[in-house]
Amino acid sequence: MAVAGAVLRQNLPGNMDLCGKTGKGVPEFHVLAVDDSIVDRKVIEKLLRSLSCKVTVVDSGSRALQFLGLDGENSSVGFDALKVNLIMTDYSMPGMTGYELLKKIKGSSAFREIPVVIMSSERILARINRCLEEGAEEFLSKPVKFSDVERLTRYLLRGEADEVSEFGKRKLPKNCDLEVSSPSSPSSDDSSSSLCSYSRSSSPLPKRCKSV
Amino acid sequence: MDVAQLKRQLIAFTELLYREGFLDEQFNQLQQLQDENNPNFVAEVVTLFFEDAERILNELANNLDQQSVDFKKVDAHVHQLKGSSSSIGAQRIQRVCIIFRTVCNEKNVEGCLKCLQQLKHEYALMKSKLETLFNLEQQILAAGGPPSI
Repeated sequence: MAVAGAVLRQNLPGNMDLCGKTGKGVPEFHVLAVDDSIVDRKVIEKLLRSLSCKVTVVDSGSRALQFLGLDGENSSVGFDALKVNLIMTDYSMPGMTGYELLKKIKGSSAFREIPVVIMSSERILARINRCLEEGAEEFLSKPVKFSDVERLTRYLLRGEADEVSEFGKRKLPKNCDLEVSSPSSPSSDDSSSSLCSYSRSSSPLPKRCKSV
Repeated sequence: MDVAQLKRQLIAFTELLYREGFLDEQFNQLQQLQDENNPNFVAEVVTLFFEDAERILNELANNLDQQSVDFKKVDAHVHQLKGSSSSIGAQRIQRVCIIFRTVCNEKNVEGCLKCLQQLKHEYALMKSKLETLFNLEQQILAAGGPPSI
């Protein structure tokens, strides 16, 4: 088993491969990424591909719903859409925001179990809370880093999404420079100044990896 | 010029860009993603950024040229540019965008125009620096050196 794993890793150009470990026959981890920025779409796609994920990138919430077959049209759901393992969406998009997309997904019986991650460059506490309360798996600060996505996909692959015991617990990150984009409110300034990513689950990966 | 010399130049120039705030850690993230399967990844992303930025700068000029400025539109464009500049590590541009949004919130047309000027200036600088960087990389490749720093 260990030997097979080592051989697989050697064949890959030095990138981390989450799906290759278990060898053939394991379905790829399929991520649907939604972002109106062409630059961000390119980056998130590469980030995910470098982790050997299958990626579908769309430029709006409505296209995401179309892809999933949730746009109200009677088109049959594409085979691809049935196998989406994670949805990563930008928050601020023209038309439908990431939050609105999140609500639609969580409101659908077919797709509500799919983890949804929100990405945003603005760290507004009320916004973050709203997303987490609506069922977002995590709220990532932009620019999104390789380590964020790697940690996320690794944790989801292990099925640790079931651990919601730490709902609402904030992960205190390192130095993040805060851009105050909400109306001045002393309390939110204080607490939001130290936040980079928020999740329903608890501590950073290494500790959680030990369990199970 | 031999490969070793070129590489030294490239390293020195890159360090300078980080020191002067033209680039931040995010640019390094992009470089880490570049590999044999995508040897032009960074150049491709940067090209997309240039096209996007130019589009936005033109829109901003139009917005601010109106009799009655629609500050919501201005803010939306600046927010877009702030996002994409942050995604490639274009720190100086990102910082001007932050100031721009504050000024825009105050509905200060004069201030916005100044910020736009500043943005255009920073953009031109950034573009020229990155073009120099990519040129150096191309020269190294042509001289037979390995592709990445």
